[in-house]
Amino acid sequence: MRPLFYMPKVTELHINGRTYALQADADESLLSVLRDRLGLTGSKYGCGEGQCGACTVLIDGNPRRSCITKVGAVGAKSITTIEGLEKNGRLHPLQQAFLDAEALQCGYCTSGMILTAVALLDSQPNPSEDQIRHFMQGNICRCGTYPRIVEAIQRAAAASKKS
Amino acid sequence: MSDERQPEFSVEPERYEFDAGPVYHFDKTGGIGSPLALGRREFFKIMGGGIAVFLVLREGHGAQESGRRSFPIEENLPKNIGAWLHIGEYGVVTVFTGKVEIGQNIRTSLSQAVAEELHAPLEAIQLVMGDTQQTPFDMGTFGSRTTPTMNLQLRRVAAAARDTLVEIAAKAWKVDASKLVAADGRVSDPAAHRSVPYEVLAKGQTLAQAIVEGDPLTPATQWKIEGTSAPKVHGRDFVTGRHTFPADTILPGMLFGKVLRPAAFGATLTALDAAAAQAVPGVTVVHDGDFVGIAAPSELEATRAIAAIHAEWKTSPQISNRELFDYLKKNAEPGRERDEKGNVEAALASAAHRLEETYTVEYIARVPLEPRAAAALWKDGKLTVWTGTQRPFAVRDELAQAFGLASGSVRVIMPDMGSGYGGKHTGEAAVAAARLAKAAGKPVKLVWTREEEFTWAYFRPAGVIEIKSGIGTDGTLAAWEFHNYNSGAAAIGTPYEVANQRIEFHPVHSPLRQGSYRGLAATANHFARECHMDGLARAAQMDPLAFRLKNLKDERLKDVFKAAAQKFGWGQSPKSPGHGFGMGGGFEKGGYVATCAEVAVDRSSGEVRVVRVETAFDCGAVVNPNGLRNQIVGANIMGLGGALFEAIEFADGRITNPHLAQYRVPRFSDTPPIEVVLIDRKDQPSAGAGETPLVGLAPAVGNAIFDATGVRLRALPMVPNGLKA
Ligand code: FES
Ligand code: FES
Repeated sequence: MRPLFYMPKVTELHINGRTYALQADADESLLSVLRDRLGLTGSKYGCGEGQCGACTVLIDGNPRRSCITKVGAVGAKSITTIEGLEKNGRLHPLQQAFLDAEALQCGYCTSGMILTAVALLDSQPNPSEDQIRHFMQGNICRCGTYPRIVEAIQRAAAASKKS
Repeated sequence: MSDERQPEFSVEPERYEFDAGPVYHFDKTGGIGSPLALGRREFFKIMGGGIAVFLVLREGHGAQESGRRSFPIEENLPKNIGAWLHIGEYGVVTVFTGKVEIGQNIRTSLSQAVAEELHAPLEAIQLVMGDTQQTPFDMGTFGSRTTPTMNLQLRRVAAAARDTLVEIAAKAWKVDASKLVAADGRVSDPAAHRSVPYEVLAKGQTLAQAIVEGDPLTPATQWKIEGTSAPKVHGRDFVTGRHTFPADTILPGMLFGKVLRPAAFGATLTALDAAAAQAVPGVTVVHDGDFVGIAAPSELEATRAIAAIHAEWKTSPQISNRELFDYLKKNAEPGRERDEKGNVEAALASAAHRLEETYTVEYIARVPLEPRAAAALWKDGKLTVWTGTQRPFAVRDELAQAFGLASGSVRVIMPDMGSGYGGKHTGEAAVAAARLAKAAGKPVKLVWTREEEFTWAYFRPAGVIEIKSGIGTDGTLAAWEFHNYNSGAAAIGTPYEVANQRIEFHPVHSPLRQGSYRGLAATANHFARECHMDGLARAAQMDPLAFRLKNLKDERLKDVFKAAAQKFGWGQSPKSPGHGFGMGGGFEKGGYVATCAEVAVDRSSGEVRVVRVETAFDCGAVVNPNGLRNQIVGANIMGLGGALFEAIEFADGRITNPHLAQYRVPRFSDTPPIEVVLIDRKDQPSAGAGETPLVGLAPAVGNAIFDATGVRLRALPMVPNGLKA
């Protein structure tokens, strides 16, 4: 019989400043490893095809679709998930801005939106509305909260300019 | 409701999917038992001491205790409960309701209702929602019924609890209750300068009260907490990723489930070879009737195991999109008469202008971002399932039926989920997860893939709508004949004054499985009616707003049209070349909506862009303005997809575009600025608002496209491939 389930293993991942020991098939998606093996369920499954952005995480600071990223391809790179943004009980400015603008309805898209926006503001601290829309285009909010998400990103950008 | 024009809306149009029988039947033995009922003493043992108030529904309790505000419960708790509340010894107010939170923000608005009447801070209130073991029975969260029903029930319960607390304080202080004031979670005696927090009053009590529906409440004009933009309850859990959606459920030792999907709708299994999957350690294969599924230690192994199963299916030829509308017309049942008055034929014959049109509506998918998900756990012959559903009690019964259990042996828990839009009324994922968990002897979680969600959920009904109408020389509507084939009867009646009308809904045995979608057929019926009205206005050479106002009596509807038009600058704004303005609106489920839209059409590239949208909405007294605006804007954006480009493509029992790369939903770039005018009617009861704001968008956009180009688009979606010259 074909060895259906034999694959090299991944034994270590660097997530949110911590090192996690694990046993995962290198072919597993980063998303299911985060969710199912490490209990980091803040990253969501929305399509599994790179089309919705619900699973977005940062890999070395770049927004990546964890649903189509094989865990074996991550190596020693550092991963940031939504669980890693809050520091010592203080929300990340984007988390705070999403809350303040109430830029969510069901909230299922929220972690992917926030992480994509974190990457945006890291590369462009002062984006125009068009730049925001363009950068966020791959993230779907089926509840249609887009205008408030744009507003939240603008608020966060303005807030970090002040501080 | 004070407005007598308002028809008594029935749940009928919500029930497409009720016709669909259970998908699977497993080892059917036994019957359905009665839900667990606790006695009073048992109840306080579990809940801890304090004060409890139960709302007893009127049905079946006609004269019971009428005239009394509330009455003590000595031993057995009442059966027919709508909602209940418990104030514990530590200041926590726990409220139990069978309604569920699916993004429409009722966890917040219902908490506001309780805080308002209890005179307690919002933070003290915790809602337990949609847990069949803890919350009272509820038919489901749909039809925009939460605000007009549950909001009132909870206000009544909270008001009774407040009275009880005041009475306890009055007794303790030996003063007249009317001298005391309840505010901010305390009862105070202003004359004696003393006050006591609710939890101190609740301490050591085991007081159960019942209350019947229908007591007077604080009028909206005096609201302090309702009517304000209270921030979303648990908002912080969503922005930190801490909230556990149904798909996030983790149970110790849990396996991952997958279902083997048939090659096509209605296919039957003719051969199955699961040996390769079965041979893998840790994998359980279940073959039970038409159900084939597996449980495996990881998602990847589950996916591989399913792929390793060899199955053969017998399929049958089925229709495709191309024949759809023909099929619907040919297979329609005779019209169910909804309304007929006057003499349509005579009025048509003598009309100054006649207009006859046919509109079509494709099947569309809801695409909730969280697909259906369930996690099932068996213990001692009892089943607990965490699942995303708008009808936890119906899913409980579905599970009980599938496994031959008493309904009291099944518990369905519904964590606040990643939306539904009418698409999560049935329990397929729950049933499959439970079946696999039973076989594997371990808990199983099953999350539908996006492709499964696109294929095996049900669709918003496709439909054909035919309208024939006539107007007099002065633009007065004289005749109106309206037939809807299959898409549904919601908002099928016209809100305009027409002396001669015939309105019929023709059900069809749908080629695809269909069911509720946010707003139901109100979207299709408004699209057809309001575009047709635009055509009539042009035939009468009248401004579309003036034409509508001329034919309307309903003041609330007139007001939303005027409000939207005014804010939009109707008749005032200059029009750039290639741009057009349009409006659409109507009344449904207690809400009045009017939407104006501006579009820009580039006939050389075919691009159709919605430039801006203005929606005026009146749903009575507004409970949470900020949450309501979020819903209205969201409904418009969702409406854009169905208006412009969303359509399910199918052939031979297969969905041919079951991926987000093929099925286009609105994204950031599709979203125009959307302005909202809220008409807050403090004199009117609050109605639900999650659905109706959607229905004005498609006709507003369609009419704007006509205004820009002279092309009348009569199909939803209107421009899946743009609009080239
Ligand atoms: S789940 Fe990864 S992009 Fe949709
Ligand atoms: S808030 Fe529901 S998908 Fe964005």
